[in-house]
Amino acid sequence: MAGSREVRNKIKSVKNTQKITRAMEMVAASKMRKAQDRMKKARPYGEKIRNVAAHMSRANTEYRHPFLIERDTVKRIGIIIVTSDKGLCGGLNTNVLRKAINQMKAWQADGEQIEVCCIGNKGLGFMSRIGASVTSQVIGLGDTPDMEKLIGAVKVVLDGYTQDQFDRVYVFYNRFINTMKQEPVMEQLLPLTDERMQKEDQTNDKPKATWDYIYEPEAKPVIDDIMVRYVEALIYQAVTENMASEQSARMVAMKAASDNAGSVIDELTLIYNKSRQAAITKELSEIVGGAAAV
Amino acid sequence: MGTIFHLDIVSAEESIYSGPVEFLVAPAQMGEVGIYPRHTPMLTRIKSGMVRIKAQLKEEELIYVSGGMLEVQPDIVTILADTAVRSHDLDEAKAIEAKRAAEEAMKSKESELDYARAQAELIEAMAQLAAIDKLRKRGH
Repeated sequence: MAGSREVRNKIKSVKNTQKITRAMEMVAASKMRKAQDRMKKARPYGEKIRNVAAHMSRANTEYRHPFLIERDTVKRIGIIIVTSDKGLCGGLNTNVLRKAINQMKAWQADGEQIEVCCIGNKGLGFMSRIGASVTSQVIGLGDTPDMEKLIGAVKVVLDGYTQDQFDRVYVFYNRFINTMKQEPVMEQLLPLTDERMQKEDQTNDKPKATWDYIYEPEAKPVIDDIMVRYVEALIYQAVTENMASEQSARMVAMKAASDNAGSVIDELTLIYNKSRQAAITKELSEIVGGAAAV
Repeated sequence: MGTIFHLDIVSAEESIYSGPVEFLVAPAQMGEVGIYPRHTPMLTRIKSGMVRIKAQLKEEELIYVSGGMLEVQPDIVTILADTAVRSHDLDEAKAIEAKRAAEEAMKSKESELDYARAQAELIEAMAQLAAIDKLRKRGH
């Protein structure tokens, strides 16, 4: 019965694994709900600040912010990669990193220099492994993405842009479509394209105004502040979407793992029963044979 | 129309207030501002403090905001509240910290790299074990 004991141990270990994956699935499911809530709660801010930015781009402002100005030559590119801190969430991080690496190769072929800002442990590990130059990082965001933690890393990139270290900034993250589907996307963050602003400003279709705001205390610092907050809001949204994606991808992956464990257990149980029956049959036939011999 | 305007108070983490109001007082950077409907367009920073709101047929309401931006349009007013305490120096310090962390990670590369390498080795070892397992089964 040595074989059947081995099978029994194997079944036990698979069952234990299944318990873990099932627990992780349930944890991910409850976290997913919260992450989705957060994602939805972050939307009004994004919409409002977009409206303000669109009003501003239409207003006859006395000062045009560098974020709005398209540059002619693009030599250095800054990218922000949003990934999860932990693994076990299916192909989520792999997909977004693959998209990023393909794009980076294309840029490098064009002779452009690339610097990376990593949000999330997985992206950071990957980027330092392939030897990309990482200018800033945020890891260990936990389950609640605090704006406060993102500010520093984002500022490095924005400062890089205003100081002409980058001519363009892109962001990579997983867009949350639904629980079953997440899509890796690349978006141009800077310069903020007119097209993008206009697309987002469908709510308010007034012709280009000749008015300007009253600024307190002055135009420049106020517009600077708004622009920085606008970009931060975009990144914050990307992070919340990525987190919702992470939790739902993990839930799906763990569900698949639990199901697979179930089918492995079924298979092993079948093998176990077969070997048990074979052993009994063997024993019986030995007894019968022995009795016949007597 | 004309006696009320729409007010939205939002922060990056949630929507705090949304609805029609008659009158509003906010702690702007240069001093408190009171806003009635059809105010001239205005953009300003606000300090942390109380925003006083008077909605129709309601008592005055006080909402705390920790600073942010105030945009006034004739019939829409938006307050973009900050969730974090902001100042130029604080932001700068955070940026330096983020940079330093990245540089350190690039220089030593140890923790992540070791972890990544260990993970890769583990995967390889697991694959080898699986292959041995399969071979053994076939041998039986």
